[in-house]
Amino acid sequence: MSASIERGIAAFKQQIDAPIASFFNSCVHCGMCAEACLFYESTKDPKYTPIYKLEPMRRIWKQEYTFWGRFASALGISKPVTDDELGEWQELLYDSCTLCGRCSLVCPVGNDLVYMIRKAREGMVASGHAPEGLKGATSRALSMGSPMGVTPKTFKKQVQHAEDDVGIKMPFDKQGADYLLIMSSSEIMEFYEYIGAVAKIFKQANVSWTFSSEVFEATNSGIQIGSSDIAAELVQRIVDVAEKLQVKNVVSPECGHAYTAIKWDGPNLIGRPYKFKVIHILELLEQLRREGRIELEGMDDEKLTFHDPCQIVRRGGVVQEPRDLLNSVSSHFVEMPCHGKWNWCCGGGGGVSANDDADELRLKTFSIKKNQIEKTGAKKLVTCCSNCRSMIEDGIEKYEMNIEVVGLTEVIADHLKE
Amino acid sequence: MTTMELLTWLRGPGLSISITIMLIGITVRLLEMLLLGRKKDLSEARDSSSAKYGWRTVFTRSLPSMACLQKVPVTFITGYVFHIGLFLIVFFFVPHMLLIQDVINIKWPGLPFWIIDAITLLTLIAMLISLWYRYWDKVRRYLSTFSDYFVWTITFLPVLTGYLLYHRQLLPYNEMMVIHIITIELMLIFLPFTKLMHSFTFIFSRWYTGEAAGRKGVKI
Repeated sequence: MSASIERGIAAFKQQIDAPIASFFNSCVHCGMCAEACLFYESTKDPKYTPIYKLEPMRRIWKQEYTFWGRFASALGISKPVTDDELGEWQELLYDSCTLCGRCSLVCPVGNDLVYMIRKAREGMVASGHAPEGLKGATSRALSMGSPMGVTPKTFKKQVQHAEDDVGIKMPFDKQGADYLLIMSSSEIMEFYEYIGAVAKIFKQANVSWTFSSEVFEATNSGIQIGSSDIAAELVQRIVDVAEKLQVKNVVSPECGHAYTAIKWDGPNLIGRPYKFKVIHILELLEQLRREGRIELEGMDDEKLTFHDPCQIVRRGGVVQEPRDLLNSVSSHFVEMPCHGKWNWCCGGGGGVSANDDADELRLKTFSIKKNQIEKTGAKKLVTCCSNCRSMIEDGIEKYEMNIEVVGLTEVIADHLKE
Repeated sequence: MTTMELLTWLRGPGLSISITIMLIGITVRLLEMLLLGRKKDLSEARDSSSAKYGWRTVFTRSLPSMACLQKVPVTFITGYVFHIGLFLIVFFFVPHMLLIQDVINIKWPGLPFWIIDAITLLTLIAMLISLWYRYWDKVRRYLSTFSDYFVWTITFLPVLTGYLLYHRQLLPYNEMMVIHIITIELMLIFLPFTKLMHSFTFIFSRWYTGEAAGRKGVKI
């Protein structure tokens, strides 16, 4: 069925539940969410106030689900949401929201604005107002199995490269393995050192693990664009292969949105709990370290700092593990001002990195990250999400900063005792 | 109708009518919200006692946050002052307190008049500053609708008329009392149908968000 305003309104209506109604009922227009948002803070344009991004959804809620709203609609004095308005809101709901969730921490009435924006995007997709970049990524994810167009053949080739680098043969389709490793396309293409790093660590820890030759992609463009049907299809592919291989766990890659997709949203999308557990790679690494299954050596005494990926930390709950891991290999780890759950987003989450329309704005928001990094005085930045890493490298180039960016899993692999 | 007759009506049937409208309104608004339901989360929780994190957020979101204080001091400080002020005026000013105690039959001590007087003055000042800020600051102004200014007015008037009444200013006592009670009854009637409803729904919105974060292992 093609997208239309009618379908859009119906999708908005379908998304409205008790939490959404409680959030709209509670909002007092205090505007405190503005100062928590990187898009408002870096532009000072009030249209980027998070709750304002939900104005079309608020009107639909009011007109459809409140007594006075229905009364006003019946009298014909309420203003229905139009296709043009939704078109105008595309920038607000996609280009200027990374689903980072910082606003949800400050709202005095406790509104979870990300929950609302994620749901509002369902209405935007159904009405045909999603950005082209994200549409392209989503259709590649569906047809080719990767939003960046990585084919299984390319994936295997990259694994082969990693095998050559570290001299470890990597298992594919191993029935009954303890861990199935899935990846994000940007790890495969841009940061394939990650593959070798994991293999080295798993070898030392004697972990029973496998790749799947059919399904390797962990990210989920369906969630970012706001299409539950597509998101469910992408999750189902991983579930099917994990259950076919009868693995005990699926390991989410570093990538933050992949973790949210497979760990938190997945079971709700497919409508049932999994028959396996989902663990984030950093949770697994920290577990292996604590159990003494990996031995680390050499302390890095160079000053370094850590960027918290929003979906892993604030929205994912993996807060302490990266810090414990870093402290086990670094003697000079300094936190940024506003770290942990209070961290500022890299600017490219929530599908923004796949959305060309947002490029200029995204780089503008990086001024906040730049300021945070500079306050630490560190010359090395560690993070644990390939998307954050790309975005930060982009920002560093644009602002001509002098700092090295590395992935945490690789840092740990570099400190493995030979 | 004389002033005394009007006063008697306002204190009796008038008050009952407005409280009834308010209670029915709140019930309807809460039902239309809660009946929309919330799907059970099928993901495996990091902490299965997530309900307690919901309650935690209901309380902790009222505590001062340095992040907010630094970023939006005006909203933050005036918000604190007038919310606490309104609460103390309603529940700890002896004449109000006795009226409420009469209905619910639970007793507690009130605050001295001079303290309530000072609190009322602070509340009025905080509300005036918040109005000025809503109009002057570009974010607040951008978000504000007629309803925001209307709700400010119907909340401000009972406090202002109460203050004038206590200090015997502007109008004779009985006339001012009539106006004071009318403004209160207007506020009660409008409560369920305006953003004043947040005084009840904030418990739900905070709980949902705190619970969802808690099951992921994040205390917010």
